[in-house]
Amino acid sequence: MSMDIIENILFATIRTGTPLLLVALGAMISERSGVLNLGQEGMILVGAVCAFIGAYTTDSLLIGVASGLASGALFSLIFAVIAISLVSSQIATGLALTIFGTGLSAFLGVDYVGLSIDGLDEQPIPLLHSIPLIGKAFFAQDLLVYGAFILFASIYYVMSRTRLGLIIRAVGEAPAVAHSMGYRVILVRYATVMFGGAMAGLGGAYLSLAYTPMWTEGMSAGRGWIALALVVFASWRTERVLIGAWLFAFASILHLVLQGFGYDISPNLLAMLPYLATIIALVMMMQRAGTAQLAPRSLGQPYYPQN
Amino acid sequence: MKAPTLISLGLSAALALSSPLHAAEDPLKVGFVYVSPIGDAGWTYMHDRARKIVDKEFGDRVETTYVESVSEGSDSQRVIRNLSANGHDLIFTTSFGYMNPTLRVARQFPNVRYEHATGYKTAENVGNYQARAYQGRYLAGMAAGAMTETDTIGYVAGFPIPEVLRGINAFTLGVREVNPDASVSVSWINSWHDPAKERESAASLIRQDADVLTMHADSPAVVQAAQDEGVYGIGYNSNMKSYGPDAHLTSVMMHWEPIYQEKIQAVLNDSWEPESIWYGLSEGVVKMAPMHSDIPEAVVERINTHRDALINGDREVFQGPINNQDGEEIVAKGDALKDQQLLEINWYVEGIEGKLPN
Amino acid sequence: MRIEARPTPSPTMRYLSPLLALGLTLITGAAIFSALGKAPLASLHAFFIEPVSTVYGLSELFVKVTPLLLCATGLTLCFRAKVWNIGAEGQFVFGALIAGAVSLQLADHQGFWVLPVVIASGVLAGMAWAGIAALLLTRFRAHEILTTIMLNYIAIQLLLWSVHGPLKSPSGYNFPESELFSPQTLLPTLWGQYRVTIAIFIALLMLAVVWTVLNRTLLGYQTRVMGENRQAARFAGFNGNRLIWVLLLFSGGMAGMAGVSEVNGPVGQLTTNLALGYGYTAIIIVFMGRMHPLGVLLASLLLGLTYLGGENAQMTLGLPKSITGVFQGLLLFFLLACDFLISHRIVLTPMRGHRPSNTSTREVTSS
Repeated sequence: MSMDIIENILFATIRTGTPLLLVALGAMISERSGVLNLGQEGMILVGAVCAFIGAYTTDSLLIGVASGLASGALFSLIFAVIAISLVSSQIATGLALTIFGTGLSAFLGVDYVGLSIDGLDEQPIPLLHSIPLIGKAFFAQDLLVYGAFILFASIYYVMSRTRLGLIIRAVGEAPAVAHSMGYRVILVRYATVMFGGAMAGLGGAYLSLAYTPMWTEGMSAGRGWIALALVVFASWRTERVLIGAWLFAFASILHLVLQGFGYDISPNLLAMLPYLATIIALVMMMQRAGTAQLAPRSLGQPYYPQN
Repeated sequence: MKAPTLISLGLSAALALSSPLHAAEDPLKVGFVYVSPIGDAGWTYMHDRARKIVDKEFGDRVETTYVESVSEGSDSQRVIRNLSANGHDLIFTTSFGYMNPTLRVARQFPNVRYEHATGYKTAENVGNYQARAYQGRYLAGMAAGAMTETDTIGYVAGFPIPEVLRGINAFTLGVREVNPDASVSVSWINSWHDPAKERESAASLIRQDADVLTMHADSPAVVQAAQDEGVYGIGYNSNMKSYGPDAHLTSVMMHWEPIYQEKIQAVLNDSWEPESIWYGLSEGVVKMAPMHSDIPEAVVERINTHRDALINGDREVFQGPINNQDGEEIVAKGDALKDQQLLEINWYVEGIEGKLPN
Repeated sequence: MRIEARPTPSPTMRYLSPLLALGLTLITGAAIFSALGKAPLASLHAFFIEPVSTVYGLSELFVKVTPLLLCATGLTLCFRAKVWNIGAEGQFVFGALIAGAVSLQLADHQGFWVLPVVIASGVLAGMAWAGIAALLLTRFRAHEILTTIMLNYIAIQLLLWSVHGPLKSPSGYNFPESELFSPQTLLPTLWGQYRVTIAIFIALLMLAVVWTVLNRTLLGYQTRVMGENRQAARFAGFNGNRLIWVLLLFSGGMAGMAGVSEVNGPVGQLTTNLALGYGYTAIIIVFMGRMHPLGVLLASLLLGLTYLGGENAQMTLGLPKSITGVFQGLLLFFLLACDFLISHRIVLTPMRGHRPSNTSTREVTSS
């Protein structure tokens, strides 16, 4: 295999992995605070359509990205109100959010199907992009990819080094204790859910503004679910989400790569790989964790405020 | 408050609806069942475009209805059944998976006529129709063969069914007609609709040196990718020039309206028969979008000559000699593949890289 | 104005809240329809009345409800014990796949035993698929929400692979679908040309069984105990792991049966389009029905109706398909949100610093 091919596969992996990374980072944060939102797919679609509409009507990609972000956050507010404030089941509300978001995005986008915009271009970073092998993959991408790297670094910092990260984790592990220590559990959960919504919206914006600059119904094609699997695969650890996003992305383009070399393996069997890997990883991690809990302890459970 | 006004507006609309709209003769009710949202490009879009054309053309004599995004499972049978029970006289079911549901409903409604797209079964009141898209693919292949400099052409494809294989084979024959050194690489994505995957697949073909791309999938992502990466792209179903103004060589377009006109007219004349029709360039069902200005005049002429020959019946796309991928002669000189063989095609012609997946 | 917890859940609101939710959905729906330039009353009529105004329409409602209800019946028991099986979709698909493969194998066999074998194979397949999650949970403590979601995807890919490969019809022009099943492998329909099969009776029967189990048996008691607290099983003196196995196998078997009801019912062959999300919709149904058998029945009828209504509204009013999703989403949100009023009330007093000290809301289940 020549250097050139490896370089290109790396480039494609990072690009394919970016929407997964964005969505999964957001989902991880809300799960860390104890909220499981199965509405990722709906939020991505709403983010994608709003980003496209924003960019198309104003001719500004920046406004497009901002509307993807904002619409995702606003849309997730529906989930937050019903699942957090009204203590409904997170699972049911999340699934309903996906149904609603799929319909809503199709409805909003009906006049924008088939329109073209000039998408985000690649912005090679001087010097760095010519590093052999990895230069192209890491330093010759578009701005949203760099943005995802920066977001990753910030989230890593916040979750591991700051008080805020500690609070989020405390709320997810033992909401009652966090509450008794004076933290506002409901507020924290609202914030993490909306952050998750914003990240999913950004992931959607990446699809409709950078990856394939257009809007078509259902263009997320199941990426929200892959992102949810990815968070588990990463056992709710920021750095593992990054690695996992790249691994999952590589797995998803693997059959294209293999076809290029003339191998014929069923793409369906290959498509199972990420999910199988996640189950295996989960089992292995549980084995190693012994009696400790791996998932945030209150994941999926509603919190009833006590006073 | 806006709501009350809206509701009262709606009420008056309801009253308007209930008043008799038509007098004298009832129009012929024609139903269409679509597998995906209509959108603005691709398979369903072109069916709906044709529906609008015939709706306008027949005016008061015809009334059309459509149902979009009907899954091919048990839902489709109910939708077809409901259209039948609703007084529709002719129903077009426009996806392969509707074949068996259409046949089941047809048995219960002997007076309703059904036309199923792309299938192979007929019944007393069920006909089917297909487009010889492969004729357009052949012409598009000629354009691709002439424009490639790397002698590698990429083809992003959904599933290895005969319809897709016919297109790939015809395209490759067209490529080799003008450029015997060129080859076609196929990338299977196992989906009809996943724009991101179509794009990634296009990128992977470009990495394998392809400098002209085409596809058999539902979104224009491949043409868009070609534009981005500075190579040529060829669209399918609808004219996809707007997705790649500089890249777009041409598109193989499917215009279903001649078929819809003919079938509706036949029902109006009471002369409808359950037949299998397979229309192409001659009937105007398959058309080519205007050629890119980069294509040399001589090449365009040559494509036009071939097109005219296909229309006149002076030549066929699958006329011998044709070798398969391993170089064995499948069609001898002077022979051509029969329609039945085309329907069942499950092999690659010479000039296609890679193995055919099972 | 403020919101406070009720000392005890309100029995009135138990019945009123779904009506309130329905009312809100109708009003919002009417507003959306008129904003789209459609007559709101006619639209609502097209959505909720017209689809079931004929015998055929009613029979189709039951066709749509059969797989939903079968999945939801199994999940009801699971969710009562707070065993969160999100995998009905995968268990449905795997059940359908295996039942389909067996049907194809038995295409040339006649005899009364053929259909029972087909049904059993689908049910067992569903159980096996759920059994993987049970094993992962009891043996490795891998959270069932997460493993069942993964297993859904694996099952769907297995189906796609089979239909593109080994089970593809040899006479089907290479299209990804199997042969049509022979008549003796199909579930008998109830009457005439209608498509409802005997599976609807299986669903109703099992719903009654679940009701009895929950209210009249030790298993039901254990289920409820575990629903209160998963650790409580140990103190109550029974084996929690065994219960998890029983519940997951039961719901897997039901989802497998749902798969059989679909492929050996109206579909009649294996295709790539079997996974339509019944398993996920069933989850919402169980919550909408508050994990009560009767509620589950009503919820599945209501949700089934919105699917038929969406098709009908397209046909008669030209409403776009996307509206169905929007409308369903609203209905679900309102139903889920209004249940809050069972355990809470809105009090019209000025905001004050302290809250009532009772903690009874803690005991309210998460419906």
